Amino acid sequence: MSELVEIRWHARAGQGAVTAAKLVAETALSQGRYMQAMPEYGPERTGAPLKAYTRVCDTPIEVHNNITNPQIVVVLDETLLDLENVTEGMAQDGTVILNTRMTPAEAREKLGVSDKVTVATVDASGIAMATIHRNIPNTPIVAALSKVTGVIPYDEFVQHLKTTFGKKFSQQIIDANLESVKRAYEEVQQ
Amino acid sequence: MAERAEQKIVSATGNMMVTEAFRQADPDVVCAYPITPQTTIVEGFAKCVANGQVHTEFVTVESEHSSMSACIGSAQAGARTFTATSSQGLAYMYEELPIAAGMRLPIVMANANRAISAPINIHCDHSDVMGARDTGWLLFFAEDAQEAYDNTMIAIRTAEDKDVQLPVMTTLDGFITTHAMERAELMNDEAAKEFLGERTPLFPLLDTENPIAAGMFADQDSYFELHKALRDAVTASKPVIKRIGDEWAELSGRPFDFVDAWGCDDADYIIVVLGSAAGNARHQARLLREKGVKAGVARIRVFRPFPYEELVAALHGAKAVAVLDRSENFGGEYGPVGLEVATALYNAKETIPLKNYMFGLGGHDVTLEQMEQVYEDLEKLAAGTIDGSIEYLGNR
Repeated sequence: MSELVEIRWHARAGQGAVTAAKLVAETALSQGRYMQAMPEYGPERTGAPLKAYTRVCDTPIEVHNNITNPQIVVVLDETLLDLENVTEGMAQDGTVILNTRMTPAEAREKLGVSDKVTVATVDASGIAMATIHRNIPNTPIVAALSKVTGVIPYDEFVQHLKTTFGKKFSQQIIDANLESVKRAYEEVQQ
Repeated sequence: MAERAEQKIVSATGNMMVTEAFRQADPDVVCAYPITPQTTIVEGFAKCVANGQVHTEFVTVESEHSSMSACIGSAQAGARTFTATSSQGLAYMYEELPIAAGMRLPIVMANANRAISAPINIHCDHSDVMGARDTGWLLFFAEDAQEAYDNTMIAIRTAEDKDVQLPVMTTLDGFITTHAMERAELMNDEAAKEFLGERTPLFPLLDTENPIAAGMFADQDSYFELHKALRDAVTASKPVIKRIGDEWAELSGRPFDFVDAWGCDDADYIIVVLGSAAGNARHQARLLREKGVKAGVARIRVFRPFPYEELVAALHGAKAVAVLDRSENFGGEYGPVGLEVATALYNAKETIPLKNYMFGLGGHDVTLEQMEQVYEDLEKLAAGTIDGSIEYLGNR
């Protein structure tokens, strides 16, 4: 059971956190692994804070509750840092991936976490605005997550993105997303 | 003996898997009204209809009461008939539910298990389905998305079997199972369709060569006897469910049991539970076994007909048993699952100490810590230092 990885996503509705949670899970599935992805459901209002969860494991996953002790926390909206303790219950040697213009050192201070915690930052919103032209930072932040944690391989993720987005979106949107992913992978700092 | 059939690994929610089962069964009629968290089942199926993947008359109605009424008419006419609902929708159908069973109509309904108002709540518990417990419907409970699919396949065959001819409710836990995306296996269409076959109605209303009257009056001279006959029919469905479940198990490679007894052979302490919470109990039981505590989990997959013998066999030899209930019995003591387990043990002359817990109402998170507490309690229960009275698990 030690290979189970639990990720908690903090975001505002409309930023694509649920899609991100599923992208990670489905990429893991494409590698033949087991996974779960689910949002914490409540009234759905664009801009309202929400949590989502991803579990990835090499063996079948049988627990079905919310994730309270994640190894990885991903924050898609830095204004949430003033509203909730995003690292609550996180593993002592956990990892935080933050969508912000802050440096990792500034983010670490803001989060108030120990040196054992890995803190990585990427301006996913800036990248999304420059590439997709909308503030939907979900695909770039997954690229950052992949680079920092290795929970899913980057190449597998890009391949999965091409496949799933290929069914839904125009080539222009797919290319913009691929560009955002590439930039985030290169620009994430820790 | 069936050969193992080819299956596809998919990422799917429980609702998507129910929709897939419905699609493969290609029902003649689906009549449904949307309600959270069931909606994506009928949404998904409406797409199948629009895309021409099925040959179904999809009847949209203004309420669940009308939905079940239309299903009753359709099933009596001879059509393979499905629907789906949840919570207040199931409650609104209530008047029609015993009619479907009393007229022996093989309707299959998926229910997304959700709390009943008030207060209004869209999350999982079993108070909706337990409110429909005594209506003569067979009741299946899925643990995950995979089983939501498997149970629906078994439900369709069971309902329509000539020796059953009863409505079946195949239930999955709201949001936890209906909306969480998981890895699952989907049977190839050809093998699925061959397994499901087509409905052969025994006395269809549209068979004008052999006219019948349906929905008749039954007075003091026959109502009582007809209820006994319905009771016998529900009980007698058990070997048929077993036969069909085993057939599906051979085809799919996934075992079928009325009671999924994990570690029960040598367990001292056993948790009995329905639905998605079983995985959490099992996870905790595995952790305890690493510490030398003989923990087990008996998950009931078929609640109606109730598998008394299988449950007693699973619990036999335990030092203490906990039953987790996800629906209330206000003013009573034990919840509906607790009452069944107590009946099973008493009638089998088993004297294992028993304790009942109310848990997870309205989507209250089911944690590993709660399961750990239950197993700790069971040691005390076996030692006689606590009693078996009901407790609210994790209540603030």
